[in-house]
Amino acid sequence: MIAVSINGERRRLDVEPETPLLWVLRDELGLTGTKYGCGIGQCGACTVHLNGDATRSCQVQIGDMNGAKIVTIEGLSANGDHPVQRAWVEHDVPQCGYCQSGQIMSAAALLKRKPDPTDQDIDQSIDNICRCGTYPRIRLAIHRAAELAKG
Amino acid sequence: MGASHRHQHGFSRRGFLVASLSAAGGLALGIRPAWAEGAAELGPWIVIDPDDSITIRVAKAEMGQGVLTALPMIVAEELACDWSKVRSEYAPAGRNLGPDKIYGSMATGGSRSVRGSYEMLQQVGASARARVIAAAAARWQLEPVVCSATGGYVLHQESGRRLSYGILAADAARVKLDREPEIKRPEEFTLAGKPLARLDSRPKTTGQAIFGIDVRLPEMVYAAVALCPVPGGDVKRFDAAEVLRRRGILSVVPVPGGLAVVADRFWRAKEAAAALKVDWDPGLGAGTDSTSFRRAYREALDGPLAIAESRGDARAALAAGKVIEAVYEVPHLAHAPMEPLNCTAWVQPSTVEVWIGTQNADGALLQAARAAGVKPDQVVLHNCMLGGGFGRRAVNDELVQAVTVAKAVGKPVKLLWTREVDMQHDRYRPQAALRCHALLAASGELDALHLQTAVGSIDRSLGRGLPANGIERQAVEGLANQPYEARNLLVECVLKNTHIPVMFWRSVGSSQNAFVVESFIDELAAAAGEDPYRFRRRMLAKQPEFLNVLDTAAEKAGWGTKLPPGRGRGIAIHESFGTIVAEVVEVAVSAKGEVHVDRLVAAVDCGHVINPRLVEMQIESGAIYGLTAALGDAITIKGGAVEQTNFDTYPILRMADAPRIETHLVLSRGRRWGGIGEPGTPPAAPAVCNAIYAATGKRIRALPISDTDLTGRT
Repeated sequence: MIAVSINGERRRLDVEPETPLLWVLRDELGLTGTKYGCGIGQCGACTVHLNGDATRSCQVQIGDMNGAKIVTIEGLSANGDHPVQRAWVEHDVPQCGYCQSGQIMSAAALLKRKPDPTDQDIDQSIDNICRCGTYPRIRLAIHRAAELAKG
Repeated sequence: MGASHRHQHGFSRRGFLVASLSAAGGLALGIRPAWAEGAAELGPWIVIDPDDSITIRVAKAEMGQGVLTALPMIVAEELACDWSKVRSEYAPAGRNLGPDKIYGSMATGGSRSVRGSYEMLQQVGASARARVIAAAAARWQLEPVVCSATGGYVLHQESGRRLSYGILAADAARVKLDREPEIKRPEEFTLAGKPLARLDSRPKTTGQAIFGIDVRLPEMVYAAVALCPVPGGDVKRFDAAEVLRRRGILSVVPVPGGLAVVADRFWRAKEAAAALKVDWDPGLGAGTDSTSFRRAYREALDGPLAIAESRGDARAALAAGKVIEAVYEVPHLAHAPMEPLNCTAWVQPSTVEVWIGTQNADGALLQAARAAGVKPDQVVLHNCMLGGGFGRRAVNDELVQAVTVAKAVGKPVKLLWTREVDMQHDRYRPQAALRCHALLAASGELDALHLQTAVGSIDRSLGRGLPANGIERQAVEGLANQPYEARNLLVECVLKNTHIPVMFWRSVGSSQNAFVVESFIDELAAAAGEDPYRFRRRMLAKQPEFLNVLDTAAEKAGWGTKLPPGRGRGIAIHESFGTIVAEVVEVAVSAKGEVHVDRLVAAVDCGHVINPRLVEMQIESGAIYGLTAALGDAITIKGGAVEQTNFDTYPILRMADAPRIETHLVLSRGRRWGGIGEPGTPPAAPAVCNAIYAATGKRIRALPISDTDLTGRT
């Protein structure tokens, strides 16, 4: 049995230790907001916070997660009102929306590290793939989220 | 006509699976609350609840382009309701089975959703408004003509009385109109035309939006597939003994083109599918490769070709002077939507249910019926959010597989393609070779233009056969109707297929034809020693709409202003799906030959606009989709199989590579109603190639750009 904290809740899991965290979240726990896009750590659709860091959940095995604190898009805020989520809605960032959980989790982690990121910081930190090409709006929304976070 | 009426039509009330959205943002996408007591359906499109909230059904698929917002805006324009109380949900394909096809075509493609249905949707809204007014007039014992509707209320001005739509809905549902009301002209629109916020943004920022891949059913099992690496091939023999001993593995089921491994968890199914021992029969494609295809397409240009368009005598004109010639080549391209293809199916004794994100709900329903061997009215299709479509989700290979497996195992099955399967078993943008000849008169005019294409037939690949005249529309779109003034014009086409399936890819034929025409026009400008924008202006002198768009893009981009060394500016203009788009691109080419697109300025004439915010988003999206492919993508074949497997070998533009984008609308209104999902894509590739030429003097004649070495050019 593997014990982890997911969105503040303690979960005990009976799965093969090599199972990627992504599939534990989606299929064992029903947390389908975290998306599968590539399975090789390229696209970032599966990004979650692992002990506070943006992490591609397809690239970590649940067996290494004992005692870890994991936050998914479902646990980012109580009512979908994290500054990043609010900024995303304000700028209508999502198109198809599939990659946006991962984009939001990446952006939230960036803002925690750098509350006032420059365009260059954004270029360096946000490398998730979006096939709808929402990048210009993601950039605007990250700057807006930085403002909203300051209140 | 309340909730029970909706039931009769087989409309499932399984609340957790229906997409429903609210302007107020209070509802999570995919979570439909129970129908309020007393809710009334005003025809198949509109449901009004007693609390005045209005549900407008959408018969097209939401794949990011914004139909769940734009199409309800058209209905609401006529309905005179309170937009903040509008939510939207998918129309059920099962209700579209009758001969009258109440929802029209549910197929979503060709940038057609708005321009193909705005009049029908206006009529839906106008008709509902007239019925609500009639219901109020009857209560007040007045003539409807003295009543009016606004903001979700019917008013009687004289007495100051008013009643809300929610109160009137049940009565209105029983009203029969003697004749249909008139609909507004676009100049009279008050809601449509505004940059209203999307209805689907909120659920797409909380993880609550339900895509096909997110569907979960009690007792559901999972399937992963192993398909023959060579498209068209199949299983010769296989040995499943080892994988069947693994934890959670339930069965191995043959599906078209391969095998499906069924397990209690997807991860287990996927690992087992990769470990299956299979001998493949590669079929007709065995041993082929992209190099031989490339040669074959080039050779096909030597004829015979079919004539798609001819004015004057281009051959004779070309024989009389110094001809400028160029051959261009484009590779197969994958759609690579972010959500890999998937479908959940449940085959029960008397019904078949499927959950899928499809661009073609009507077609998918029939496909499910055929695969399960049942009548169409036994199928319930739940369309989900689409994690990207771009044409790929118009034909649902994954659905046939899912139904096949579900039939075999007797439980709900979620069948999911891995990214690798998705990339290697796409139906691709066709590979093509094109040849251009032109003759410039001493006066500077274009004396003759001769365009030839050798390209895969999409119709043939989809099993529709080859057209009798050897030409299909999508092969020559953007060629046969190229806009430049030429005294003599000849456009020719030869359709040539391989075993690689080909299909509609965002902007279809224009995706390669705009690259060729707009690159070649640039070559002609260079040959004439003229500025490429000025040259285009001269050749488009008789096309005021093109000129407006071209001038706007050039002006807003600061065309003609000086750029530092290593930088270049390129321009391209193209009409597709009824919309003219010009794009001006600025690139920086490093000494190492790396290309970065810094800025893209687009000017757009789609005639009329329902929601300019959605238009801007689609232009940005389409341009980036085009840039991604142009800069670095190709699907190549070796040993009959696709070589690329994932985003490491099929790179996608990311944040750091994305240009700043500005979009300017230049609306000609009038009779033009252009599409918007695709027209942003075609000009992107030629604009960037022309910018690279301006920066380096190197002309790109084969895509992707990454195949050309630009080292030391700047």
